Amino acid sequence: MARELSYRDALREALHEEMDRDERVFLMGEDIGAYGGSYVVTNGFLEEYGRKRVRDTPISELGIVGAAVGAAMGGLRPIIELMTINFSLLAIDQIVNHAAKLHYMFAGTITAPVVIRTASGWGQLGPTHSQTFEGWYAHVPGLRVVMPATPRDAKGFLKTAARGNDPVVFIEHSLLYRNRGEVEEPDAGDLLLPLEGAEVRREGTDVTLVSWSRGYYLALGAAEELAKEGISAEVIDMRVLRPLDIDTVVESVKKTNHLVTVEESWRTLGVGSEIAAAVQELAFDYLDAPIARVGSRETPVPYAKNLERLIFPDRDKVVEAVKGVLARNLVSVS
Amino acid sequence: MTSSGGSRIKELALEKDDLVDLYRQMILIREFEEHAAEQYARGRIAGFLHLYIGEEATGVGAVSAMEDRDHLITHYRDHGYALARGVAPDAAMAELFGKETGIVHGRGGSMHFSDVSKNFWGGYAIVAGHIPLASGLGLASQYQDLGSVVVCIFGDGATNAGAFHEAANLASVWKLPIVFLVENNLYGMGTAVEYVSAVNDMSRKAMAYDMASARVDGQDVLAVREAMQVALEHCRSGNGPYLLESLTYRFRGHSMADPESYRSKEEVERFRKDDPIVLFRNKLIEDGVATQEEFDQIDADALKEIEQAVQFAEDSPVPDPSTLDEFIYADSGDVR
Repeated sequence: MARELSYRDALREALHEEMDRDERVFLMGEDIGAYGGSYVVTNGFLEEYGRKRVRDTPISELGIVGAAVGAAMGGLRPIIELMTINFSLLAIDQIVNHAAKLHYMFAGTITAPVVIRTASGWGQLGPTHSQTFEGWYAHVPGLRVVMPATPRDAKGFLKTAARGNDPVVFIEHSLLYRNRGEVEEPDAGDLLLPLEGAEVRREGTDVTLVSWSRGYYLALGAAEELAKEGISAEVIDMRVLRPLDIDTVVESVKKTNHLVTVEESWRTLGVGSEIAAAVQELAFDYLDAPIARVGSRETPVPYAKNLERLIFPDRDKVVEAVKGVLARNLVSVS
Repeated sequence: MTSSGGSRIKELALEKDDLVDLYRQMILIREFEEHAAEQYARGRIAGFLHLYIGEEATGVGAVSAMEDRDHLITHYRDHGYALARGVAPDAAMAELFGKETGIVHGRGGSMHFSDVSKNFWGGYAIVAGHIPLASGLGLASQYQDLGSVVVCIFGDGATNAGAFHEAANLASVWKLPIVFLVENNLYGMGTAVEYVSAVNDMSRKAMAYDMASARVDGQDVLAVREAMQVALEHCRSGNGPYLLESLTYRFRGHSMADPESYRSKEEVERFRKDDPIVLFRNKLIEDGVATQEEFDQIDADALKEIEQAVQFAEDSPVPDPSTLDEFIYADSGDVR
């Protein structure tokens, strides 16, 4: 049986279930306890589990991630929260040079099963608080990078990450916490979704739209808009950015012959670029037009509302990109 | 600073075997490092090679005070700590040679020795980067009520990095059982401490975190051992972390590529005159603990053991290219 749950409540349910199941699981982060979490995900957890398992930390991102990795080495199962992905940059040495390297450089004898929860997002937050860095982490072998769009994925990924043996960068989105979606009832059994695999969420025949996290909803909105004009768009939610499931994209492109990637980050050297490069390597002969990448404008993100609106992709920009790709259909030229 | 006179050996209540073993470990490390340098010159070892020559008393003294259940995590100048914790010279030398039989199968090299079976959590090569990991290991010990203490080693240079301060603060706030052992060898690579650190007495850096601290003569193996025992007891009793500064000196350059333009030959010679291994040997002879002949035999055995390690490393196979994608992820599944 499934019921509707918000993205936030799906995360809370995953945390509850894993903490109830395994004493080794504990939470650590800035303002996750007494304050309740800056996005209210861990509200009430301190009262329920106590200070030992819900640990408010100093403002020390590097120290928090390092302590989590060390605690994981020592047999615990830390799930930590970095308030936003912008602050994760303070800890990038711990994530890239330590968490991602331990298992490899010690020849498999050490593991770092740490879950790093953090949030992308924007909304008049200014240049340093509106960024989207999934590409930075997805670049690194040794990390698993997930970016759930739906409440079901949010819960299922978090539970799997908490039980896995690899470091997971778990990127939420501040504008998705209130989104609702179907999630199985807890009594239906543990919802453990593998940390891999893209999903075709809307079938279509004319063009493939690929995105993840909030971008997925832009792509979906565009597909509905395009349908009104008789254009059939297939929408793929990548869900996991490392390992990247290119095969699902390639299969779709073989059918639609057109590809548009959608992301909230800058296009330059981004995940969309990687997908485009991989698709032209694997399915060049199936492409009837150049691949288009929709992303944010290559500037820092301004505070002013009217300017900020111009920076990020929206449904209309995706629609426009699709029309551009279809207009350049190479079949008609040959 | 703790000092040690000849008569203190009796006070420490160490058996002859224990004392001689401290010497044996130091000379084994010295021979290992001398041979590593030689093999580097011959082109058998490449990359970075940071020798522990001159600092042996700190590593051996510190590790000798630890229990098996205690955890060791260190910086990239890690050969001495690995050998002191019981890593076989064969596997250590083979790692330097980049061989499959190396302690981490040729994946890590000189800076990343480790042996989890001995609670030796490895050498780390981003200066200060491993100090936060130590706070995590300490948290794991406290959380699980294991009674084990973490010993985290780093140099004077690392105390200027943010990672040290974040970890020290967290350790103190949560009263984690961690001994932060600072090897002050007067230089962060090629830059003298006084040019880059507002405080030259590293032990004072503990004050900001309300952390107990002490300084010890790092060239005196018994003094280091004794100071570490105090530090470990402090942590094991639930009093929170402890910072121990060991005053030491490396006789060789920072790495094999070091032109040593930042210090004078006279300075190096001055420190070399007080070689910690020679000092300890003379003291034990003077106190009648062991004879010249016994030490000569220990030296000969150490030399032989290391020569065999070099031979083992030379004869060992390189890693099989078919294993190139191993160890990236602990869990199976697509790892592209």
